[in-house]
Amino acid sequence: MIWLLLAVTVVATALSDLLQSYEMKQAGAQSVGARGVARLLRMVVERRYLLLSIVCLAFSFFAFMALVQSAPLSFAVPASAASFILETAAAKLLLKEQIGARRAVGTALVLCGVVLLGR
Amino acid sequence: MPDSNRLIRTYFWLVLFLGLRAFGNLLLASGVKHLPQTLAGDPMVYLRSMLDPSIAAGVVMLIGGLLVRLALLSVADLSFVLPMTAVGYVLAALLGRVFLHETVSLQRWLAVLLIFAGAAVVGSTPQSTTGKVGAAR
Repeated sequence: MIWLLLAVTVVATALSDLLQSYEMKQAGAQSVGARGVARLLRMVVERRYLLLSIVCLAFSFFAFMALVQSAPLSFAVPASAASFILETAAAKLLLKEQIGARRAVGTALVLCGVVLLGR
Repeated sequence: MPDSNRLIRTYFWLVLFLGLRAFGNLLLASGVKHLPQTLAGDPMVYLRSMLDPSIAAGVVMLIGGLLVRLALLSVADLSFVLPMTAVGYVLAALLGRVFLHETVSLQRWLAVLLIFAGAAVVGSTPQSTTGKVGAAR
């Protein structure tokens, strides 16, 4: 059950981040002033992928709550970093981002850490 | 804004963000571990769990952390913020050990340090490689 909840947390987080990244790149850079926040809120309602990203974020949060109920905090929080691995692969394949050597090394370190956590 | 003020403000937001997220997760974990029901599956159990003071405080702190992160990003670069926030993985292990009396083996500490190092390295890479991000509006 712990691994299923971790998988839901990680996949939902990665999906949410990917959808947000895709939509926000289409929208361009935003400011965080009062007018900027109002524009952001309007954008969330108007852009379906952003709405979907919030649904994914909610799934991720509720799965994380269930995860920390049965797993130690010292396992759950670091293990949730596995989303880095999924996001990096998806960013390369779906968003066509360039994955440099440093980012690949960082992702490999996270992967090693998550594998070590699971042993 | 003078550089010294900006530096103080940046580190103030950073410490506040790390604290809110770490202790928010701690309160959330502490609250859900004491719930009589299992959370997975039933939405009503989730709604009722929000009435637990520890869980409610944890959720409020995590929301506060999100807002503080926005403020932090307004005074510091994302490439600075991401590696620094990876400290949170080590903090989670530390708080679990101290407050929840979790057993953290040497292997788990090593795993946490690898994840911290990996997240810090990923965070220190260029933020945009696709060139699609436009000018701030």
